[in-house]
Amino acid sequence: MLGKTAGGLFWLFRYLERAENTARLVETGWRIALTRQNAAVAEWESVLNTAGLRAAYVESYTEVEASSVINFLLRDKECISSVRASINAARANARLVRTALTSEVWEAVNECWMDINALLKRPVSERSLGETLSAIRFRCAVVRGALHGTMLRNDTFWFSRLGTFVERADNSARILDMKYYVLLPTAAYVGSSIDNTQWETILRSVSADRSYRWIKGDDTNPRDIADFLILDGRMPRSLAFCYDKIEENLQRLCREYGKDMPSLDVARQQNARFKGKEIDMIFDEGLHEFLERAIASTGALAQQIETDYRFYS
Amino acid sequence: MTNTSPFFDEMFAPDGTARDAYAQYHQWFGREDSRHLRRKSVEAEAFFRRVGITFNVYGQEEADERLIPFDIVPRVISAREWTRLEKGIEQRVRAINAFLHDIYHRQEILRAGRIPAEIIIGNEAFLPQMIGVTPPGGIFTHIIGVDLVRTGPDEFYVLEDNARTPSGVSYMLENRETMLQMFPELFTRLNVRPVSSYPQQLRRSLAASAPHDRGSSKPVIAVLTPGIHNSAYFEHAFLADQMGVELVESHDLTIRDGRVAMRTTQGFQPVDVIYRRVDDDYLDPLNFNPNSMLGVAGIMDVYRAGRITIANAPGTGIADDKALYSYMPDIVEFYTGEKAILKNVPTWRCSEADSLAYVLDHLPELVVKEVHGSGGYGMLVGPAASKRELKAFERKLRAKPHNYIAQPTLALSTVPILSKKGLAPRHVDLRPFVLCSPGKVEITPGGLTRVALKEGSLVVNSSQGGGTKDTWVLGE
Repeated sequence: MLGKTAGGLFWLFRYLERAENTARLVETGWRIALTRQNAAVAEWESVLNTAGLRAAYVESYTEVEASSVINFLLRDKECISSVRASINAARANARLVRTALTSEVWEAVNECWMDINALLKRPVSERSLGETLSAIRFRCAVVRGALHGTMLRNDTFWFSRLGTFVERADNSARILDMKYYVLLPTAAYVGSSIDNTQWETILRSVSADRSYRWIKGDDTNPRDIADFLILDGRMPRSLAFCYDKIEENLQRLCREYGKDMPSLDVARQQNARFKGKEIDMIFDEGLHEFLERAIASTGALAQQIETDYRFYS
Repeated sequence: MTNTSPFFDEMFAPDGTARDAYAQYHQWFGREDSRHLRRKSVEAEAFFRRVGITFNVYGQEEADERLIPFDIVPRVISAREWTRLEKGIEQRVRAINAFLHDIYHRQEILRAGRIPAEIIIGNEAFLPQMIGVTPPGGIFTHIIGVDLVRTGPDEFYVLEDNARTPSGVSYMLENRETMLQMFPELFTRLNVRPVSSYPQQLRRSLAASAPHDRGSSKPVIAVLTPGIHNSAYFEHAFLADQMGVELVESHDLTIRDGRVAMRTTQGFQPVDVIYRRVDDDYLDPLNFNPNSMLGVAGIMDVYRAGRITIANAPGTGIADDKALYSYMPDIVEFYTGEKAILKNVPTWRCSEADSLAYVLDHLPELVVKEVHGSGGYGMLVGPAASKRELKAFERKLRAKPHNYIAQPTLALSTVPILSKKGLAPRHVDLRPFVLCSPGKVEITPGGLTRVALKEGSLVVNSSQGGGTKDTWVLGE
């Protein structure tokens, strides 16, 4: 496989994951703004912060207000991680690697792009937001389904999956880090409505509000949330899960090529940081420091993969 | 429906009855509900969009990917007509390859005085870098798309030979796919010859032209594209995918140990055959245009050493140069010893004073083309031009006469399209696709039929609002 093709597959699935993540953030902000009116502005601000797009936002808008934030995150051309920009970038990568995709995957991406661009052509009103968000979820799910149902289980698949999990690990770590202070044990004066909102935001941003209940019951507390989102291997957006998948996919790649590459070592070391660990150990180590290191090392790993498999040179 | 048009209609005879080749189709058509058929047309468009069969238009940023309109009425060619076309095309293609070999070696045809030397020497399409070079397998032009037009029952003319990098074959294949999905019943009823083996034939044909002394047993083939912004990118990706070979851009390629190699996830892998969709000038910044970002530095040196096949060979453009076109009957005769089976359109070379005078006198009747132009850009269709346009073109002609050739406006045949008001005749041309490998010429039974969708228009180019039709060659 061409290095360029590997890079294109990797980025195609990173961008798709990013589109979903941004859409999920919008959904979270919207949901909380609807149910906690007094927290709305603060909530939208925190959504922008979580997406790392606050600076870009204030360049174009003076006020933080629901409909501007929603449209900024969904369709603004100036917003590099907007759903529209991510879907466009995903589709551009899909065109680049068209020969490595099954026609089902290509058509799913192409239809995703056509459909979402049509939906986001005009500003999204609050009334049509629900429908728009579910269309985005649905279209991305179809691509993933086509990938799982039709692609050969060889390097094309492993690179695609690596893109998904690298992006997801990065995204989960950022969401946690943006709100790490509400997860600290010292902040656990349970019952404060502000913190409850914050915790709900975190769980919803990674689609974990329901699964948290199934696993942890009705006691919402920062320690359990952190444990669930960082260490729980059953939770498909936890850092432990993502790193496990990254290592697994790199392992398969190395087996197929018959050669271990440095990126596999890096992934193993990073994965080892989650193995046999208790959440209290992470708190002792410093949650913020731990998350910062996770973000930096995900970036470093992505770069190592890029070098090992000659994406660009 | 009687047919009073002055043009030859391929479906209907002047008395309004369907011609033989169309008899069965016409019968079927008569029983179909026209609203249902129009719905099918809309379906076809949705299908093309979904699959992503689009082309990019230069200079139109907003609508940057467009569809070529597809008409659901097929163009049908009888077995007898096809046999004759096939013979004519094969003869012509063999002559073109022989001509290219000669023109880059002993130049016998110039010595014999059959074509003037000045038309070759100093022609931009003639590459001095190719002098003395014999490509692996001896083939210069591997992939050809001969443009034909028809004016009567047995009158076919070659309009252009397209011996450098003909495009459109993906439409031939996808148009057929679309028709098969929409009207499967037609294919069980009519004996339409399949076109679907083209990609495998192309792959075999390229492999057969690979250098002999390569290390690997199976030749490694790659399609070289200028990139996703090229107007034909879809086709490049489509062909690579259908053949099961890599689609590469210049930055995927480099020269390693005297061979062309592509950068893979496991290091550099040598390539034996490059089907390039990049123009000569951009192929190698060391040997041609030094500013090219689309080529591979040093590939010409590997080529001259016989260690890579480039399809089509650099310098093949001299064979389909419009300045040379008028000599094609002589070229065919010179190399095959036979009269050309397919006719040439009479052509005035504006570089000759007498011809220029004639052309200027008869401008409103003629079609004038740029010698190096393509895609219907920069051409004048006299009968359709306004007085102002004629005047403007006259000035261009006088300023640079050697840049133009002129031809009579041909009475192009028509084939009906499905319009809002039912069947309506529109002008068409035909581009069959030909593959050459050592000792072998293969012509896919079918091709790309381009159709001018505007009533009365003679310009079929997709960049000028033309559409396409599926082309059916009937079996015996």
